[in-house]
Amino acid sequence: MTDATVSTLVAGSGPEPDPEPANGSRSGKRKARTNAAKDPRREITWDRIWAQRVLLAMAVPLLLYQILFKYVPVYGWAIGFQDYKPGRGGIWEQEWVGLENFVDLFTGVNGERFARVVANTLGQSTLTLIVGTFGAIVLALLLNEVKNQPFKRVMQNITYMPHFLSWVIVASLASVALSLPSSGGFINQALMSLNLVDEPILFLTEPNYFWGIVAGTNLWKELGWNTILYLAAITAIDPTLYEAAEVDGAGRYRKMFSITLPGIMPTIVVLLIINSGWILSTNFELPYFLGNGLVSETAETIDVFVLRYGYELGNYSLAVVAGIFKTVVAIILVGSANLAAKRLNQETLV
Amino acid sequence: MSSTLVAKPLAQPTLRRRSRRRRWTAEGVIFTTLNTTFLLLLAAAMIYPLLNTLATSLNDGMDAVRGGIGIWPRVFSLKNYEVVLSMHTIYQAFFMSVLKTIVVVVTNLLFTSMLAYALSRNEFIFRRPITLIFVLTMYFDAGLIPNYLLIRDLGMLNSFQAYWVPVMISAFNLIILRTYMKSIPEEIIESARIDGAGEFRTWWLIVMPLCKPTLAVVGLFVAVGSWNSWLDTLLYNSGEQWLSTLQYELQKLLASSMNAGANSGGNAASAASVAQGGQVTTPISLRSAITVVAAVPILFVYPFLQKHFVSGLMIGSVKG
Repeated sequence: MTDATVSTLVAGSGPEPDPEPANGSRSGKRKARTNAAKDPRREITWDRIWAQRVLLAMAVPLLLYQILFKYVPVYGWAIGFQDYKPGRGGIWEQEWVGLENFVDLFTGVNGERFARVVANTLGQSTLTLIVGTFGAIVLALLLNEVKNQPFKRVMQNITYMPHFLSWVIVASLASVALSLPSSGGFINQALMSLNLVDEPILFLTEPNYFWGIVAGTNLWKELGWNTILYLAAITAIDPTLYEAAEVDGAGRYRKMFSITLPGIMPTIVVLLIINSGWILSTNFELPYFLGNGLVSETAETIDVFVLRYGYELGNYSLAVVAGIFKTVVAIILVGSANLAAKRLNQETLV
Repeated sequence: MSSTLVAKPLAQPTLRRRSRRRRWTAEGVIFTTLNTTFLLLLAAAMIYPLLNTLATSLNDGMDAVRGGIGIWPRVFSLKNYEVVLSMHTIYQAFFMSVLKTIVVVVTNLLFTSMLAYALSRNEFIFRRPITLIFVLTMYFDAGLIPNYLLIRDLGMLNSFQAYWVPVMISAFNLIILRTYMKSIPEEIIESARIDGAGEFRTWWLIVMPLCKPTLAVVGLFVAVGSWNSWLDTLLYNSGEQWLSTLQYELQKLLASSMNAGANSGGNAASAASVAQGGQVTTPISLRSAITVVAAVPILFVYPFLQKHFVSGLMIGSVKG
């Protein structure tokens, strides 16, 4: 979670999950496999291991490190099956309760709360994804129509910039922007001076606005950044298509909707699929920073629930169960999304 | 993303720019005008919140409470910054953020590139299984509390190690660096061999210098990520004030103003004045000033970043 930027980058740029690229990976793999069978260079023997001892010394300690920090923590999942009380001592001195915590989280009063938490996670992510994708496509199409290269570059640099600001700063800016005019809330101020509203709107205390605020803030932060891959896809479109369309008398709009948009459609679909795999993992900071007690019914997401209810209040057992739920569902989603993207990739792009 | 999808454009743009002729039609002029206007408005929307914060931070605290500050301070004053700089905690948090960022970048680049070199060698027998174990960690996370328990059980709570040890290697950067190292011609490495260099020396003296541009991109991204992170401080190091970071201090301010806002019915910052070391300011002004202090380093490296990040992103997509 600490390098959220990296994970969004992974989600956004959508590189292949496994070490094999989608294209040509089959032949590559096949070659490697036959090599392994035939080529004595790839056979694992003690001689080869000894000969590669320096490479092994470079890789193996870091491998053990990675296993310790990324895989070993799974032992903490045991808490999900325990009645965890920090006072009892270590994790192996706890009382085992079987699936009691799972029943507790998914039924009764906690069940209702958790269902709302899951709904908020899905709602905020879906809205963010749809608004973000749509906005990025529109901006990419419009930027592509700018013929003045310096102007285009300046626009790109300005719109990319918020991506690099931290979520704390962005949430802070959003909370000021959405507050009362007396606290510097320039959105209310603008609405009032345009006579759209008579009284300032209390954006951050109204539960119905919260999903929209999350999606809007995400849009502000990531809009420009998300256009990068679409702009790259646009430059990959065969220029002769535009020439042919011009000869046939197509105007600017015609070319935009009949050539550019269909041309980046495969990218749009692949990115949408890959990003939808991250739907449980994406929004954490904003609902945590901006969600106060008055809006928690629409603000609380799974990660916020884990941090607030689990870490801050010390209810480790239920929070770990919620975490297990999230991790398992996320792996299924990300896995199937990547599989779908890969399959689609091969059909539409190769 | 497929490699063809992103790899192609790099070769093409000159060809396309030449083939498009510029023609002035009524439709074109109207479109260009509307498009330019829209883009300028969008850019204004992107920049306005930042300029507004800057103006508020440079405005007199008591005056700012009246609201209505645009992009220019109404009553200019440097008092907010004087207060911020006289706050011992902010001072310390700034230097902790800097120190943490430097240590994270150095260790991360060192270890990630060393591993990337080993995994980029075709003859390395365990290349595939090791790569797979690292790549899977991009998709699997044990969860917040299990990670916290591990750090606790390793005795790293409230220590500087909790900042850099858990993020020593990033799987994503590993793939980027490995891909780049694979593109280095085999002859260069072989000639190093012939001159008697072992694997370690080949990595440090031959491959690392050749990777400088990629290392710069990766390093900048790591730096931004580390500078911007706050959760590590909250989870692992919130027990010791001297380990606090700027983002965490800002988050605490934000949280207290959000709570105050919820209690006073939406007013995100109450008008109460804050007295600090004989200076008087208001929460909103103080928050603006700290936001600026936390954002300035990012805006400072941004020109370097933006020169490189597209190529960095491309390398990430075109791995093989």
